[in-house]
Amino acid sequence: MSDQSIRCECGHLNKEGTILCEACGKPIEGNQHIDGNDEKHVLEMRYEGSARRSQTYKRTFVDKTWAFFSSVKVGVWLIVITVVLSALGTVYPQEQFKNSPLPSSQFYVEEYGLTGQIFYQLGFHNMYSSWWYITLVALIGVSIIIASIDRYVPLRRALNNQKTKRHEVFVKRQRLVSKDNELNEDGVNKLKENLKSRRYKVYEDDGHVMAEKNRFSRWGPYVNHIGLIIILLASIFRMFEVMHVDDYVWVREGETRVIPSTNQEYYVENTGFVYEEYDPETQQQFSRALEDVDEPVPKNFQTNAVIYRTTEETLPGQEPELEEVTRGEIRLNQPVTFDGYALYQAGTQLEAEYDSMSFDVQLNDEVLGEFTFYSDEAPPEFHLEESDIMVSVDDWYPELEFTENGPSSFSKFPRNPGLIFSVENPDTGDSERFFYLQEDIIPLSEDNELVMNVTGVDRRSASGLTVKKDNTLPLFGLGAGIFMIGVVQGLYWYHRRVWIHPKGEGVYHIGVHTNKNWYGMKQELEKITEDTNVQEFEDQQELK
Amino acid sequence: MDFYVLSSTFLYITFFVYLIATAFFGMTLGNNRDENKKSKATKLAMTFTIIGFASHLTAYIFRWVEAGHIPVSNMFEYITFFGLMLVLCFIVIHFVYGIPALGLVALPIAIVIIGYGSMFPQEVSPLVPSLQSHWLYIHVTLVGLAQAILAISFIAGLLFLIVKVDQTVRNKETTFLEIIIYAVLSTVGFIILSTGFGAMDYEATFIQEADGYQYEIEYDKPALFQPNNSELMTEDRFNSGLETPAWMQGIDAGKKLNTLTLSLLAGLLLYGLVRLMLKGKRIGASLQNKFGKINPDVVDDVMYRSIAIGFPLFTLGGLIFAAIWAQEAWGRFWGWDPKEVWALITWLFYAVFLHLRLTRGWHGKKSAWLAVIGFVIIMFNLIVINLVIAGLHSYAS
Repeated sequence: MSDQSIRCECGHLNKEGTILCEACGKPIEGNQHIDGNDEKHVLEMRYEGSARRSQTYKRTFVDKTWAFFSSVKVGVWLIVITVVLSALGTVYPQEQFKNSPLPSSQFYVEEYGLTGQIFYQLGFHNMYSSWWYITLVALIGVSIIIASIDRYVPLRRALNNQKTKRHEVFVKRQRLVSKDNELNEDGVNKLKENLKSRRYKVYEDDGHVMAEKNRFSRWGPYVNHIGLIIILLASIFRMFEVMHVDDYVWVREGETRVIPSTNQEYYVENTGFVYEEYDPETQQQFSRALEDVDEPVPKNFQTNAVIYRTTEETLPGQEPELEEVTRGEIRLNQPVTFDGYALYQAGTQLEAEYDSMSFDVQLNDEVLGEFTFYSDEAPPEFHLEESDIMVSVDDWYPELEFTENGPSSFSKFPRNPGLIFSVENPDTGDSERFFYLQEDIIPLSEDNELVMNVTGVDRRSASGLTVKKDNTLPLFGLGAGIFMIGVVQGLYWYHRRVWIHPKGEGVYHIGVHTNKNWYGMKQELEKITEDTNVQEFEDQQELK
Repeated sequence: MDFYVLSSTFLYITFFVYLIATAFFGMTLGNNRDENKKSKATKLAMTFTIIGFASHLTAYIFRWVEAGHIPVSNMFEYITFFGLMLVLCFIVIHFVYGIPALGLVALPIAIVIIGYGSMFPQEVSPLVPSLQSHWLYIHVTLVGLAQAILAISFIAGLLFLIVKVDQTVRNKETTFLEIIIYAVLSTVGFIILSTGFGAMDYEATFIQEADGYQYEIEYDKPALFQPNNSELMTEDRFNSGLETPAWMQGIDAGKKLNTLTLSLLAGLLLYGLVRLMLKGKRIGASLQNKFGKINPDVVDDVMYRSIAIGFPLFTLGGLIFAAIWAQEAWGRFWGWDPKEVWALITWLFYAVFLHLRLTRGWHGKKSAWLAVIGFVIIMFNLIVINLVIAGLHSYAS
């Protein structure tokens, strides 16, 4: 392709498709339509008039694809489509938030009618993990990469090749110009001095002066795009199961359970669950708000947890030997972390289960003995030592329900315990039966002489903990950091150049370019031209 | 000392001081006033703005003292904070650019925003466990500040449009401008209705039957739309007999629809009245006459600059810090919760704005319209996502 390159009259060899000579800035004939310079006076300086691949080659399929993705217009459209779809996805809850036992195929139509049905059938209920949404984001990624390379490479070359000595046309067709200034040597020196004190680097060649500062600002967009690419790569990595762990475990108070997704290596013990509510009496400032709500406002959900690790390989069925790794209080916003894992407070079943129920047995107002039934042990009988009486547990229903076939248990969890006892009457030798349900005792026969009482119950909470490990976090952090650096670099510094062009006989044109913030540039020019007789700059592109 | 009462009192004072400041900003315009008088009016206007801001800040600090935590935990508190930041940004912009006309747009918008926020329950609520984090101080406040800065771009954009839209004939742009003005007037309508009926202690109770249950619903405004399948229980209360359609979800759907419709009607009434006073002239057109000569380049620069500052701050506060907090609270830094999605939408939108402006040269009016759309997105996230589409982040309930 080098045979197509163009030699400028200044001697510099430019690549095919160059619009402004990289060295002297003279518009290259035949290429001015590319940046629209043929239709306006002010030169398009966005990419320094450099030869962008996308604007130069448009023949092959690869060229066309490249040109398509390098277009900002295409990128913007991709973003706009993503924005519109993302917004539509929030019209109804996503499947993960639907909070209903109904399957999605019924939930959306029953809850939201026809529009819900459409929402479901278009797959909007799983929008953000759908193949088309991911594809769209991937296309944005491709667009970011191609558009950045297409601009960065030639822009860098053009800025590296720029010469101090510019063509007169280039200077006069800058947006801010001051033409035909009569300056003596002192005047030019004063200008240079002012420029230097404004932190410009001043170059000189054959009477031509170029002052430049903050060129690095031009790389800001490419830096922030690298940040975005890293974030997108991180999201791709995150799609692989090995990169992250996401699991859930319920642990009752006093219970020790294996933490799922840790290869049976870690165990968690719940040594106590703490639930606190706001009290309008002690916290007066909230009394108005607390009076307004029917339900108490929770203040704290906390699991006191101990984390253990198995000391060696345990065979199936064998009790593992555990050593403590760490302990801590898991609250919302305060996970406990160990070895890259984190446990988060995620759910509670507050006092939902009965840990134990205590009873006494009386005969003629005389206590024959007391016993406590522990749900987890569920012993078949008790021996009351004081009176040498046996209490046998005939039936144990952890979660009692009544079906057509009589009482049965819905689950093995003691959420609504039911017990049927047989107690031997020491006087008659008869067996008398009692039914415990809902913290009360019902004698199963009117002839019972014994009296059984519930003396206390002890309930326990279960704590739901999410188990997380995410190896992609550092990558996301890196991407976000680079993005922020790039944005700041590109937005808060401005690449500014001033060309002082001698026309001869003490007459100078001054052309000024800044990549953005012309308002600030104009203010700076007042400082730069201080104590010189440079005429006011003309803005050749002011908003009218 | 009851800091709660003090805080409310200062907020009232703020409201009136901002009104006075607006009046003085009004005097900075006009053709038959000489420069000297104008600058005097500007000075007075700025003095009152700063007094108002000080009072606003005092109200905010008193509330903070009372609550014991930073007041950004419900709609009223967040909107008050947003308004506070908006006025702060305007003051800063004024000292950099010195465009009094900007005050004449910024302050009324700030007043309407604060007024709107004040219609929400103002009790000091305790922090629920999910909000008990130092990230509340960092994430929410930074988002509030960033959104306020982005709102400045809307205000500058609106000013630009008021001055630059061709008002000689009716066209698309004049219509959209009138719609923006109408939206602001509807918000004013909502404030007037809420305050008015609130002062009257208006109450109408409906009993709604849904899913075999009976719900009692209290209306604080006359019912143009009663709840679906409901009956009015209070005597002597207005009831149009129109029912809220059944497909509108939620127990308060009827109440929300009713308030929205009433506000839009009140807005229409206000809009009509103003048009009548202007002898039928478009409001935008008569504003254009008033605003006279403003340097459009400078206003355009304010618009761009506020986005150039607001966008990175929003990225940091609304996405990065938000993600860090989400990771700490829920173990996932991103979860596609509606508010998260809308934060992403806001971010993408302003990214588009910057691309169009910096690489495709969208300046002036095109930029101004984009700034308006950006503000609509922010308000949508603030109001609709909180009140209609409830999610994890929702302030409602």
